[in-house]
Amino acid sequence: MHISEGVLSGPVMMAGAALAVAGTAVGLKKIDYDRIVHVAILSSAFFVASLIHVNLGPSSVHLILNGVVGLLLGWAAFPAIVVALFLQAVFFQYGGITALGVNAVIMALPAVICYYLFSPFLNKGKKTVFAASFLAGAGSVFFSCLVLGFALYLTEKSFFEVSLLVVTANLPVMIIEGIVTGFCVTFFHKVYPEILPRPRGRSNP
Amino acid sequence: MISEALAQGDSMIHRLDPCVRVVCAFGVSFALALSEQFGVLGLYLVFALVLVALASLGAGPVLKRLKPVLLFVLMIWVILPFTHEGEPLLRLGPLTMTRPGVELCLRITIKSVSILMVFIALLATMTVATLGQALHRLRVPDKLVFLLLMTYRYIAVIQEEYQRLLRAARFRGFVPGTNLHSYRTYAYLAGMLFVRASLRAQRVHNAMLCRGFNGTFRSLDSPLSNRLNPVFMTGVSALTLVLVVTELLWK
Repeated sequence: MHISEGVLSGPVMMAGAALAVAGTAVGLKKIDYDRIVHVAILSSAFFVASLIHVNLGPSSVHLILNGVVGLLLGWAAFPAIVVALFLQAVFFQYGGITALGVNAVIMALPAVICYYLFSPFLNKGKKTVFAASFLAGAGSVFFSCLVLGFALYLTEKSFFEVSLLVVTANLPVMIIEGIVTGFCVTFFHKVYPEILPRPRGRSNP
Repeated sequence: MISEALAQGDSMIHRLDPCVRVVCAFGVSFALALSEQFGVLGLYLVFALVLVALASLGAGPVLKRLKPVLLFVLMIWVILPFTHEGEPLLRLGPLTMTRPGVELCLRITIKSVSILMVFIALLATMTVATLGQALHRLRVPDKLVFLLLMTYRYIAVIQEEYQRLLRAARFRGFVPGTNLHSYRTYAYLAGMLFVRASLRAQRVHNAMLCRGFNGTFRSLDSPLSNRLNPVFMTGVSALTLVLVVTELLWK
């Protein structure tokens, strides 16, 4: 889910770029050199996972998993997602330079928001974990659609129909993302709980 | 999956200093994205085509890379001319195409295709390794460059892990469909990717510490000296400036 080059108006583009720079700066500040390799390789995993296509009736959709990245990395998800989007632009031309800022905000801001909303529930019982991560997965796609629709609407009022279309077309994607994120995080719980953020209170990288 | 085939050429663009190319791509893209007048946009389109020609890339590979944006353009041509309000241009049965809608579509089409052609000509013609070093010399924060290069380095490795996991699932008779079982399987596959990525990161980090990693970013590249660098830089800046001024005076 991204906005193509040449669509956005100047002010929206600049605002997106400014927000993306700010978010990346905060994220980079939170990553120390003991964690940077971890963030980088998880960013590669995010890049690869976003190429996985799952069936949806006769068609297929690709996974996004910005919710998982948000839950695993917190603020560090911002630079990780920026880097992955930039590499997508370089390899596949999914966007170019001028829309990168807005697209980074579309993907990364919901990831960070979901981290703050749902990571406190990740050390509870199995059902709570599944529910919280389902909401994180579905919610981050929902927020992404909202930000995308809002950016389009601010550019041109006549994009309102397109924005509505984006949200409705992505409803099934939200459900799939929720299910996949839910199973993914319960899987972490079972096989490798160390990967999940530690409960608040103790230092949280 | 990932090919950097365009980076292999040996054209005038390929021989330029990567920093010059990054700065030019940045400047031209933003100037282009902020233009509105059709005359100026047409000139930018010609400019982008000239850059692609200078990089001596074949039409085939360039079109292949433009495919996502061309699909997007097709989509907006189906929707926007009919939903945009304004002076009607053409009636097709119950639907009305409006002039502002068509103008908006045309503007978006020229802009998005031209920006991506500039991107392909100037940036896709170098490897990400070179690009990272260029960004480093342009004072992009060390940590961000480090993230970019490390992510790039491990994408192929993680991709291979994914293929291995998928092959194993298929051997066990996994046939993807639209059902909970399939989604759960994909979730576990993706989860396993993240787990392995995290475990690998610990090993890589330890290996780097053993080799004396202390957080400083070192780059071994030496910029190519090429007499064309200042010429290209001046030429592109002058042309962009002329186009920006024309855009401002047009009104």
